Amino acid sequence: MPDRIHHLFSGAFAGAIDSKVVRNLLPWVLPVCLLLVWQTATHTGLISTRILPAPGDVLAAGMRMAASGELLHHIAVSSARAAAGFALGGAIGFIFGLLTGVSDTASRLFNGSFQMIRNVPHLALIPLFILWFGIDERAKLYLVALGVFFPIYLNTYHGARTVDAGLIEMGRVYGLTRAELFRQVIFPGALPSILVGVRFALGIMWLTLIVAETIAASSGIGYMTMNAREFLQTDVVVLGILIYASLRKLADLATVWLERRCLSWHPAYAIQGAETR
Amino acid sequence: MLKEREAGELERAGKLRTPASGAANAGVEVRISHVAKRFGNHSVLTDVNLDIQPGEFVAIVGHSGCGKSTLLRLISGLDFPSEGSILVDGQPVTRQLSEGRIMFQDARLLPWRRVIENVGIGRRGEWKRAALEALDRVGLADRAGDWPAVLSAGQRQRVALARALVSRPRLLLLDEPLGALDALTRLDMRRLVEQVWNQQNFTAILVTHDVGEAVALADWVVVLERGTLPLVQRIEQQRPRVRGDASLGEIEGEILARLLEGNR
Repeated sequence: MPDRIHHLFSGAFAGAIDSKVVRNLLPWVLPVCLLLVWQTATHTGLISTRILPAPGDVLAAGMRMAASGELLHHIAVSSARAAAGFALGGAIGFIFGLLTGVSDTASRLFNGSFQMIRNVPHLALIPLFILWFGIDERAKLYLVALGVFFPIYLNTYHGARTVDAGLIEMGRVYGLTRAELFRQVIFPGALPSILVGVRFALGIMWLTLIVAETIAASSGIGYMTMNAREFLQTDVVVLGILIYASLRKLADLATVWLERRCLSWHPAYAIQGAETR
Repeated sequence: MLKEREAGELERAGKLRTPASGAANAGVEVRISHVAKRFGNHSVLTDVNLDIQPGEFVAIVGHSGCGKSTLLRLISGLDFPSEGSILVDGQPVTRQLSEGRIMFQDARLLPWRRVIENVGIGRRGEWKRAALEALDRVGLADRAGDWPAVLSAGQRQRVALARALVSRPRLLLLDEPLGALDALTRLDMRRLVEQVWNQQNFTAILVTHDVGEAVALADWVVVLERGTLPLVQRIEQQRPRVRGDASLGEIEGEILARLLEGNR
């Protein structure tokens, strides 16, 4: 039905839109127009380059910094921080989530406290973290880890709790050991929820790092942009913002890929499943 | 009430089902005596007595919530009676039965495992061939590599049957496994269950609220009511039983009348 409506509308464009190339280009029309408007506005002096640099200038700044190796260095430093924080917070969140999800005792012991701590916005802890750990790597690592911990913990906990009790009972009747029950029933059952947590966590990971790096750092993309701000290099500032955006998009694509791979049994991701029939 | 039960037991004592061909004594013997089960203050079973000979097919009928499934869970060792004893081959049930398998009302397949892996769940060593054979027996060998999500409800239940059969169980517990299927699929499944029971000679206990199904499949139909078994009815008719058989219909009517009367 939606297809038919689609065709009805495309008919108004006298068939021009029916071409596959045109249809694939269509989503790009608006972004390209915006870029053109932006370029013209800065070029004609309608917008001062101090407020917003021309897209071409941003590109040039990117090329310049890439050539000097500076850009790659900052990206590498930021990515390493993000990955380390994610690994630390994610691992702890995953382990505690499973523990509280499977065991009532552990749930009673930990869950209440975790839910309480969750109410503290982790970014509010930045001054405290700087006091405790200084402005070196540890403060940023722990801050990212703390931010990542909660979405992973909560979704793992929720996922493990909501595994179909009937499946667990079936596993017991069919002679699965505890380890097998965990590996074959509880973990895969919790996985869709865990991956939702991973997706949230990746967003929070970059957000936390941006804030932490702009406040206290001597390298990384956040440092790069803050440094550029002091010298009024708006092109570098915009470049930093765009790099953050693309890194976050990259993280998002990674989770989509992960979901496709891990959840191919799920009807919602059943693209490959349909082919095996 | 008691008289009726005694009469039933006397009657059946004289006419034991002779084991069919195939492996001798494949099924287990189940003796349930004075079993009661309470959850807190709520008493579900009060006094259940039932002897099931090896290889017999027994159906337990009753209203929903009468404790049929609880009784099944007690026999399988998933739960334990508050009073009384359940002996399987003379041994009290103290843990989960390794020789028993349950078919549930829903198929309970792991959606993240392919059909063949679902059939082979919990099997160790060379399980693949046995799993394929079991799938073949239920007519689904060609779906071995599919995800359960793409199967119909009836096919899923057949996979669940294959999963139950792959370990060659000596006791098959059927917890309304046909209840959620459409009428035609149900008839197919009924025939399939009877067929494998005939071939493999296991003891089968079917819990259902469908009296017609119980009468069609079972050697004995017992009515579970107010936590006890007031009626034991032997079904003598030849197998496979013809649908619409007048004498079967008569028995079905009697049991139904009993159930409805008990409800008043």
